[in-house]
Amino acid sequence: MSADNLDPNIRDGVIHPEVRPPDDESERDQDGRRLRHAEGASKPVRAPAVREPQPRGAKIRGNRPVDQAEAAERFLAAPLHQAAHDERLWDLRKKRDVAAHGIPEWEELRDLASEIKTHTLSHLDRYLEQFEAAAKANGVHVHWAADGAEHNRIVLDILRRHEAKTLVKSKSMLTEECGFRHFMGAEGIEIIETDLGERIQQLDNEEPSHVVAPAVHKTRLDVAAVFAKTLGTDPDNDDAHYLAERQRETTRPYILNADAGMTGCNFAIAETGSVVTCTNEGNADLSGNVPPLQIHSIGIEKIIPKVEHLGVFIRLLSRSALGSPITQYTSHFRGPRKGTEMHYVLVDNGRSARLGMEEFWTSLKCIRCGACMNTCPVYRRSGGLSYGATYAGPIGLIIDPTFNKRKYSTLPFSSTMNGSCTNVCPVKINIHEQIFAWRKVLVEEHQIPVLKQGMMKAAGAMLSRPAAYRAAIGAADSALKVLPRFAVYNSLNTWGRKREMPDAPRQSFHAWYKENRMKGGKA
Amino acid sequence: MSARDSILASIRANRPAGDYPLPDVPLFPPLVGDDLVAEFGERLKRMGGLVCEAGADDPLAGVRERLAGAKVLASAAPEVTGNRNLAAVARAQDVDDVDVAVVRAVFGIAETGSVLFTQDELVVNSVAYLAQHLVVLLDPADILPNVQAAYRRPEFGRAAYAVLHTGPSATADIEGVLIHGAQGVRSLTVVLLPRAKA
Ligand code: SF4
Repeated sequence: MSADNLDPNIRDGVIHPEVRPPDDESERDQDGRRLRHAEGASKPVRAPAVREPQPRGAKIRGNRPVDQAEAAERFLAAPLHQAAHDERLWDLRKKRDVAAHGIPEWEELRDLASEIKTHTLSHLDRYLEQFEAAAKANGVHVHWAADGAEHNRIVLDILRRHEAKTLVKSKSMLTEECGFRHFMGAEGIEIIETDLGERIQQLDNEEPSHVVAPAVHKTRLDVAAVFAKTLGTDPDNDDAHYLAERQRETTRPYILNADAGMTGCNFAIAETGSVVTCTNEGNADLSGNVPPLQIHSIGIEKIIPKVEHLGVFIRLLSRSALGSPITQYTSHFRGPRKGTEMHYVLVDNGRSARLGMEEFWTSLKCIRCGACMNTCPVYRRSGGLSYGATYAGPIGLIIDPTFNKRKYSTLPFSSTMNGSCTNVCPVKINIHEQIFAWRKVLVEEHQIPVLKQGMMKAAGAMLSRPAAYRAAIGAADSALKVLPRFAVYNSLNTWGRKREMPDAPRQSFHAWYKENRMKGGKA
Repeated sequence: MSARDSILASIRANRPAGDYPLPDVPLFPPLVGDDLVAEFGERLKRMGGLVCEAGADDPLAGVRERLAGAKVLASAAPEVTGNRNLAAVARAQDVDDVDVAVVRAVFGIAETGSVLFTQDELVVNSVAYLAQHLVVLLDPADILPNVQAAYRRPEFGRAAYAVLHTGPSATADIEGVLIHGAQGVRSLTVVLLPRAKA
């Protein structure tokens, strides 16, 4: 995409000066230049040392619709957290733009990635069979799980057969979907997350708030408090290096003594039967290479046909996620080490059903880069935990309802429809169009509470009049009529900024809407 | 019906309508200039790695201090003699006390500053993560221009384990502060050293 909608003053400056510290602890390179690879911020961001309690996520009440707005307002009511969160994620988005601009064929790569994915998804049975056959030929045990519960039972069974009591794992959104840690905890199996951000969240009994940066909503003071309580660190020491080092030291013994290791999967290659993981910490490699038993959990949509296709995705993934040309580690697991066992668990958990949803199946192209979250003004201002679901941000809005329509019925309304998510998505998912399509489905199926329907009608009326819509999102006060209240609450000054409203997707959205309105679906 | 069969049946029943051919991936021109060694070095530095040219008298001059400072030195490369024999290591966990590991890379990638290892170069896979520091020997002639060229190499279809390292283990999960040595090695140094002629 082009960045012509980015005001250079905003690009080079800061959104929230209050979270810019005067000093900087980031690593330097051998020539003394400041480094910003991995998820490193390009400028230091630090919430001032005033203790502001961490806002917690949405209140989950069984199957009742999640009240994201309520949680979002609590997040906004914690200005230091909100500012640091917004600043960091916007920085990731800017790093992404710079990385994308460095590649002349960027748009072509996005097209290729999208086409490879749609091709594979529309022949998924064939590629899964090919993957399974190749994996078996490589000496890997292959299991299939219809849902999360079956995934957990299969893994438990493998662990029991090996009398394994402890398992170290790297970050995996799939295992979050499966409620894996909670299940294993109840079965007496100790699970240790090895990614720093994920470990912070595990120790704090919280879900990850971002697919790439699980603890991005926490300040260092929050982390210091969690570590002081759980790892016995000095509660007055909030130095990031100290905290990270303590985590390294306390996790290492678990890694060395674990009976089993587990990783998720970024890409599964049908041709070779390999599982590919991308991490910055090297923790997938530790989980896969140290314990005598290794398990890889794979969502069935992760398949790509050949190794040569991997090149397309690797070039897009880290640049989209972090603005780095590649993650520190790109690991290709194909067969067991001598004397050890290697297992794959292929998990459906709603994916094959989603394939049959005409308007939504292309959400299965997602490679979980998080770019749509980083660019989303609602996400940046409300925090991932406010969504009360495994997946937050724009991608969450379109896949969470496939897991539970009632519980996540309100989420598709947490969007400004600015189209920025669609614009940055490396696999070209029409995210904002799917968000709008979900609104229609949920209203038609009466999943939307009466209260929300009023807002829906206002939004629908506004969206059907492009001029009014454009005027509304340009003017913050009338934006209240079409946007979730929290999206404009407290952030009016940043709303009208052009950077939030790229022109291209807005036009394509209008074109799309016009076309759909012709079909007679009145929102 | 087994889970396998029911998942495959569900996929077939739900196959999206339409024709979605697999695209040909064109060969993109490399993003880097002709001096692959310089490009590789610059990218690697930006990813937190260290680069040293082989010295004229002593090819390992740039890492002598690092090697000498290691109490436990594990070398998988004939150019360096260590005091821990990787071939004799019984368990993956046993290399946890290694201070410095030395490994030769199969190839490097100029676009990203990455180096590739398979289980054959590492001897013990875990040493590349459990060691405190990693020293990598890379023949300048083995530097490929880009990621696309790398994925045309046969190692990915053959090796039980193949891994691209790009700099050291890193995290910025706490307020975006970049920290090396998150879980794996604290530093990665590439020594540009041609392979010994066979
Ligand atoms: S929907 Fe697109 S931008 Fe969002 S996480 Fe998935 S791949 Fe990334």
